[in-house]
Amino acid sequence: MAMNSPRLAVIDCRIKETPMEISIRDLAKDFGLFNALHGVDLDIRDGELLALLGPSGSGKTTLLRAIAGLEAPSRGQILFGEEDASLTPVRERRVGFVFQHYALFRHMTVAENIAFGLTVKPRALRPTRADIAARVADLLKLVQLTGLDRRYPAQLSGGQRQRVALARALAVDPKVLLLDEPFGALDAKVRKELRAWLRQLHREVGTTTVFVTHDQDEALELADRVVVLNNGHIEQIGTPDEIYDTPASPFVYEFIGDSSLIPVVVGQGRVWLYDRQVPLGLDVVGHGPAKLYVRQDHWDVTAPTAGLVGIVRSIVRSGAGRRIEVEIGHELAVRVDLSAGRVVSIGDRLGLTPKQWRLFLADGQAVSPMPAARSIAAGIRH
Amino acid sequence: MSEATLAAARVEADDVRTETRVARWIVIGISLLFLGLFLVLPLVVVFVEAFSKGLNTFLETFSDPDAQAAIRLTLTVAAIAVPANLVFGIAAAWAVTKFEFPGKNMLVTLIDLPFSVSPVVSGLVYVLLFGAQGLFGAYLKSHGIQVIFAVPGLVLATIFVTFPFIARELIPLMQDLGSSDEEAAMTLGAGGFTIFWRVTLPNVKWGLLYGVLLCNARAMGEFGAVSVVSGHIRGLTNTMPLHVEILYNEYNFVAAFAMASALATLALVTLAIKTALEWRYGDELAASRRH
Repeated sequence: MAMNSPRLAVIDCRIKETPMEISIRDLAKDFGLFNALHGVDLDIRDGELLALLGPSGSGKTTLLRAIAGLEAPSRGQILFGEEDASLTPVRERRVGFVFQHYALFRHMTVAENIAFGLTVKPRALRPTRADIAARVADLLKLVQLTGLDRRYPAQLSGGQRQRVALARALAVDPKVLLLDEPFGALDAKVRKELRAWLRQLHREVGTTTVFVTHDQDEALELADRVVVLNNGHIEQIGTPDEIYDTPASPFVYEFIGDSSLIPVVVGQGRVWLYDRQVPLGLDVVGHGPAKLYVRQDHWDVTAPTAGLVGIVRSIVRSGAGRRIEVEIGHELAVRVDLSAGRVVSIGDRLGLTPKQWRLFLADGQAVSPMPAARSIAAGIRH
Repeated sequence: MSEATLAAARVEADDVRTETRVARWIVIGISLLFLGLFLVLPLVVVFVEAFSKGLNTFLETFSDPDAQAAIRLTLTVAAIAVPANLVFGIAAAWAVTKFEFPGKNMLVTLIDLPFSVSPVVSGLVYVLLFGAQGLFGAYLKSHGIQVIFAVPGLVLATIFVTFPFIARELIPLMQDLGSSDEEAAMTLGAGGFTIFWRVTLPNVKWGLLYGVLLCNARAMGEFGAVSVVSGHIRGLTNTMPLHVEILYNEYNFVAAFAMASALATLALVTLAIKTALEWRYGDELAASRRH
């Protein structure tokens, strides 16, 4: 596969339209007694690449299908610009939908698949045969499949099928491109290649694109903004940095990245684990049980004279460094990433101090260290 | 290691992988014996009996006007029943696989009814409905329409009996395919008819053809239900299977078997077409299932 070529053909027959936002207002969808979505509000900006991220059953695919018009919402509105799309039937909505298993027409060649949306137009609006052929050739070039136009879907690899499905969706100049688990059916290597390629394609074509994924790496790496969904409602909307660095809820903390949950108690302006004070470096107002989250790469590991003292219980290899499990209480262990140079062995006593953390109090309020520390960390991520 | 021990090792490996050779041959033997005894032998007997008095006697059977009428009638009934069930089968499969509606499970169960009910009962139902003493009998008589003991009754009974073949072939296939192809076509701007004609139909064409072939074979060969509604009027309401029975009861064995051989030939031709299609389009069939 010639995947690495950075050059992409530009489709010159595209008409750039006036910017259009897609606004979702209080959207709900019930399947019988099951509430797939309850009251979702979301603004999709013109030209952005947006990820809908969530575990299975979180409602992300339902939301995508509702935008396409493939599911009728039980309540709420979907606005394409000023126009209420709920009143527009699917076939007139001009959305490009790429299905998880591509849904290519197996009895048609690649070229016929891509041309489908143009050939089914009413006679008055249908481009001429030559125009369709030219358009198909352009799109094949765009998705780097030139020369495969006479193949049948069964004769293509998974990644190639995916790109045919994309080209087919782009052929009708969609107002928005919707991708359902675009890399879900591919193996890990192809997935990574296609990710970079899709980013480039989006930059080139500029169509507003929404994709559904359960893979956080995919969402964080690819999207301009990420929408985290859980149980049919939105937990957080933000840039990948915002989502990763300042998760808005315990759910997002647990779902994104690898972190440890430490059940603590807040009292007297301090945070306590049993009778030990957790060294957070700032005062906390509040009272009662709370959840402290620390990412495994956000610990300072020192001698057992400072911080939370614990015993190393297991060591596994993780990339360049090692990941250890440190028992800091009865049946309470935290995972910590050790840098490459550091040597520990099972049974060692260590001191742990969180560099970055987030504390969720019982009333839902969240406490974090000063933003300065975050922006440094965010800077490092780039 | 010597060659002998190598060979022994290979045999042992064979035994580990599959059943013992004896068990294998017993199973194959039983299958072949049954096939020979219950399928091949009767078929051979039909043709042997048909030609027992020579080719001329065989051909004479078909010059009889009653025999020709029976053949014509059988073809006519099939020509009406098969397209009718084609339409019904596609509609039912479409409804069951693409929509949710109350009574869906009921419909799926009822489609199988003609398979589970005795054909004689199916025939009787039509007599009770449309016969002279039947539910609609008086109405039909006053309008001069005869259903029972006439061609319409034969067609109705045949449609009833062959009802499940096409729907049964299509429903699992379409359930397996799902709706995403149709949904994709819809997002690309295609209308309902275009989607059916250009996406759904090509996807199910082989299953559909299978269903039509089986439906046709049964429509031509049906005896029980047709026998009840026919009235056995020679030259008018006798189909081929009924004609075979009449000839047989008149001890006209050669003619009966000649007619039967014609029916058997129809069945064999159906099988041959099916096999030929599988052989010719096997790749495409496999491809469309694999994808």
